Amino acid sequence: MQETLFGKLTLSAIPYDNPIVMGAIGGATAMGLLVFGLITYFGKWGYLWKEWFTSVDHKKVGVMYIALAFVMLLRGFADALMMRMQQAIAQGGVHGYLPPDHYDQIFSAHGTIMIIFVAMPFFIGLMNLIVPLQIGARDVAYPFLNSVSFWLTASSAALVMISLGVGDFSHAGWSGYPPLSENQFSPGPGVDYWIWSLQLGGIGTLMTGINFFVTILRMRAPGMTMMKLPVFSWTILVTNVLIMLSFPVLTVALALLTLDRYLGMHFFTNDLGGNQMMFLNLFWIWGHPEVYIVILPAFGMFSEVVSTFSGKRLFGYHSMVYATVAIAVLSFVVWLHHFFTMGAGANVNAFFGIATMVIAVPTGVKVFNWLFTMYKGRVEFATPVLWTLGFIITFCIGGMTGVLLSVPPADFVLHNSEFLVAHFHNMLIPGALFGYFAGYAFWFPKAFGFRLDEKWGKRAFWLWLVGFYLAFMPLYALGFMGMPRRLVHYDNPAWQPYLLVAAAGTLVILAAIVCQAVQLVVSIRNRESLRDVTGDPWNGRTLEWAVASPPPFYNFAHIPKVETLDAFTDMKDRGIAYEVPAAYQDIHMPKNTAVGVVLGGIAFVFGFSMIWHIWWLALGATVGAVGALVLRSADDSVDYILPAQEVARLERERRQLLAAHGQSGAAADSHLAHQG
Amino acid sequence: MATIAHSQTTLDHHDGHDPIGNATFGFWLYLMTDCILFASIFATYAVLGHNYAGGPSGHEIFDLQYVFAETMFLLFSSTTNGIAMLAMYRNARSQVANWLMVTALLGLGFIVMEINEFVHLIQEGNGPDRSGFLSAFFTLVGTHGAHVSLGLLWMVVMIFQVLGKGLTQPVRSRLMRLSLFWHFLDLIWIGVFTVVYLMGVL
Repeated sequence: MQETLFGKLTLSAIPYDNPIVMGAIGGATAMGLLVFGLITYFGKWGYLWKEWFTSVDHKKVGVMYIALAFVMLLRGFADALMMRMQQAIAQGGVHGYLPPDHYDQIFSAHGTIMIIFVAMPFFIGLMNLIVPLQIGARDVAYPFLNSVSFWLTASSAALVMISLGVGDFSHAGWSGYPPLSENQFSPGPGVDYWIWSLQLGGIGTLMTGINFFVTILRMRAPGMTMMKLPVFSWTILVTNVLIMLSFPVLTVALALLTLDRYLGMHFFTNDLGGNQMMFLNLFWIWGHPEVYIVILPAFGMFSEVVSTFSGKRLFGYHSMVYATVAIAVLSFVVWLHHFFTMGAGANVNAFFGIATMVIAVPTGVKVFNWLFTMYKGRVEFATPVLWTLGFIITFCIGGMTGVLLSVPPADFVLHNSEFLVAHFHNMLIPGALFGYFAGYAFWFPKAFGFRLDEKWGKRAFWLWLVGFYLAFMPLYALGFMGMPRRLVHYDNPAWQPYLLVAAAGTLVILAAIVCQAVQLVVSIRNRESLRDVTGDPWNGRTLEWAVASPPPFYNFAHIPKVETLDAFTDMKDRGIAYEVPAAYQDIHMPKNTAVGVVLGGIAFVFGFSMIWHIWWLALGATVGAVGALVLRSADDSVDYILPAQEVARLERERRQLLAAHGQSGAAADSHLAHQG
Repeated sequence: MATIAHSQTTLDHHDGHDPIGNATFGFWLYLMTDCILFASIFATYAVLGHNYAGGPSGHEIFDLQYVFAETMFLLFSSTTNGIAMLAMYRNARSQVANWLMVTALLGLGFIVMEINEFVHLIQEGNGPDRSGFLSAFFTLVGTHGAHVSLGLLWMVVMIFQVLGKGLTQPVRSRLMRLSLFWHFLDLIWIGVFTVVYLMGVL
């Protein structure tokens, strides 16, 4: 009876006996209760529900994605800190404070969280916030789907978080290789948490990919041909192609592993005709493009930042576009370099090795384009520029170690060593995270109407940069010294000094993250002095800067007509940037809906009940999801009309604000201000 | 306010963007991602297809005549779906509903035959946990079957919408997408029939 009702779930699933886990749960619960209490105290639940949770406005969905990314960054970083502290001490007779079983969960959770629940939501958030504005659109192609995507991502993040306190998380690494991840070696719910959080989040990401591909392809402002598309939107377009091509393969890899685990099938088992390498192939056919999925958007952000803060057009726009596309194509012919040691043979390894090296060429094109953009420009050393410069130098080092690893014989030696760990952190931290931080500082005023504090931003940058080098350069040396990755304990005293330096580096990064938190608090407190009333705080070049900060919910009262690349600079040069249209028109807007939140909640229940084999609940959740979709599909009044008079009133208010602050842009419409 | 002329023009839905076109295009893109999903399962079948592990091979368990009859159900359902779409363009509401019902019945026939095949295999001890080959077989054919079943559910919903709402623009848009979905599944089945059954009994 109990098994029918609760599946495998019993009270013993809660790890009472593990003080570290209980401490983490206590901390997370306390923080959750604090947030919950504050929201209740200030009576903000209704506001959050109406204005945010049920919103289908791409800007609000974007902000929620970024908030999720920051929360998960804290969790993922806490994991990193724990691993570094363990390795710093666990030498010889000292076994450290983490038992192997717990340590394995931490590195598995760290990788999964950082890729799927930090990098992905961070860039998807910035993409949500900016892309429709940058292409002169009022919305995304499917606003409701966008909300569903976010809530699927959020509920899968919640699944990872709840694995802290109910059961355990996977200890099979973030890539979950079988046969370790099969029932035979991982009978507990850990691997199932990993499977279902990736699976549900992946479905949300796939829908986002389709959504933004259609948005960019079909909803650009008139005149914005593909070769006038801002370079950030270009990288996003290509990223979404990668998402659409690669995520279905992840879906299949995970589904087959699920069938092995749940129905006793033999896809990747040791016996009865299974083939583990098939999982590795499928996983990395998704996994390698995934690396570019998180890096290409950052390339786009760096491009926007470099060009804006150099006060110049981006050098080599066309080559930048072609380089982006080339990287995307190449990203599908290198997956095997993740397992050169499979034994595919010299010729196969040579092909994948050379294809891997070739990626350095379009990437090099990009680096030179950024450098030439800055050359003879008036570079302002604002925080986003610092992130960009730190990225260029650090990323080049990481790229070179990547070329080393792409040589199959070298890879046979360095495979699974700390050298690899150093390499991919050296790509992803500058290549993805620094880019998102640059984008965060750059576009924060667009989202909230005030800039971030520069002083704390610069502190955060320098601490991140120094911390990064301290934490990861020693790992290259350790790799050469033969230290494998994922060790909970080691007997070689020669490794320890390097691991102590790496641990110190992690503490410096901790200080950097504290600075970022302080920066946010200080910026909110000083928001009046950091206020941007123009909507254009950096002398921006693309259309997102043409609207107010924060933008009105309909984005553009009047869709601009695009003549050139850097459309907003062109409009400012011609003195028509703030021109008042002769007439406003009614605007068609999507209505808010709770169906997205409901589907996210159902997905969470479904995932949880599948993990714990509570079949009746899983079935109920499925029926609920189908029912919600059928009801939603029967609802034909999903949008409303914002009358032209209302648009005119809102726009007039903005112009009055501009005029009150003596902005030059407002001069063009001073006649309107007179008429009050 | 006086300077701002009231907009009297016809309301430009979604700012000149065509919502039905967007929906159809987006759905077509989804189908392409689904195509990749099937491609990955086909690839897995190609890799595991001969891993019998002492169990039966395709030659021993496939009944080609039975599967051919099953195939005919699906192919004819595509034809009747096409007739329903032609009726939609003629605005013949009740005919749309009727032909969709015929399509759904044919689709149901396909699914029932597939389930019957599966049940027999499992009863004979040749279930998906028997060998790598059978895991890949059940998964590839079953994934297609799950898609057809979802399509059937969708078709039932659409029959109700056609009868309840009439052939409104949103209903037409949905019928268009359902039709794309149904034909797509037909195409996938041609691949399954060839790669799994025909090549299996060779």
